Amino acid sequence: MSNAPSVMILSDIRDILKAVVLARKEDMGMQIERAYCADLMSDVLAFSISHSLLITGLTNTQVIRTAEVATITAIVFIQNKRPDIQTIALADEKKIPLLVTDLSMFDTCGLLFEKGLRSCNGLEF
Amino acid sequence: MENTEGVFFLTGKDFKNAGAASSSLKGILEGRGVPQPIIRRVAIAAFEAEMNVIIYAVAGMMNYTITDEMIKIRIQDMGPGIPNIEQAMKEGYSTAPDYIREMGFGSGMGLPNIKRNSDTLTVNSVVGEGTTVEFSMNLPPAE
Repeated sequence: MSNAPSVMILSDIRDILKAVVLARKEDMGMQIERAYCADLMSDVLAFSISHSLLITGLTNTQVIRTAEVATITAIVFIQNKRPDIQTIALADEKKIPLLVTDLSMFDTCGLLFEKGLRSCNGLEF
Repeated sequence: MENTEGVFFLTGKDFKNAGAASSSLKGILEGRGVPQPIIRRVAIAAFEAEMNVIIYAVAGMMNYTITDEMIKIRIQDMGPGIPNIEQAMKEGYSTAPDYIREMGFGSGMGLPNIKRNSDTLTVNSVVGEGTTVEFSMNLPPAE
């Protein structure tokens, strides 16, 4: 297990999570500096930081709006929760890549943590 | 630079378009070259205020004024009003119904999030008539 916080490339995150890309396939080279996971969008607005990855089980359009105003780089939906076509279209318009994984929230976070990704405001070890 | 002013009209329970006004405002701020960290603060505060109107009110409007010194946002709604503003300012206090919570909102972070991101905030409310939330962010002097 790596102890150093690292910047991850979105395509690495896709591969680690065996995720399917739902929007912005062309943006898989984007860098992710931090991650935040929540189903409460107000928590995302309060505690996330710019250029981070949002991991969530919510799939409505407000998730995309939240990501847009909070300058979230990309979103991973867990447990194969898939947004509807309008939500995907909005993400595409706002240039926010969407990924979906079969993994649970716990496993998603655990795997990314193990590979060196760190939270927006958490432990540095 | 000349001042920029405008207004967005908000419709209660229109969840499909919830956040569209804040998104447009963000674009206007980007167009004026406002620093990104300030844009983020304004967009977050405006989005929370916009969601409050969508969730609780029949209708409302978001007025914005952008000068060289500050960004000022006023959101007025025709809603139920807030009986106890002090209580509503506390993190975690919410009267939102379950279906709102299932959408990821209504966790009692709305007004606290607006306060957290703004330099001034005033909330005026009359029960049965509506609420006016006004906040501003200072801009750094132009170089």
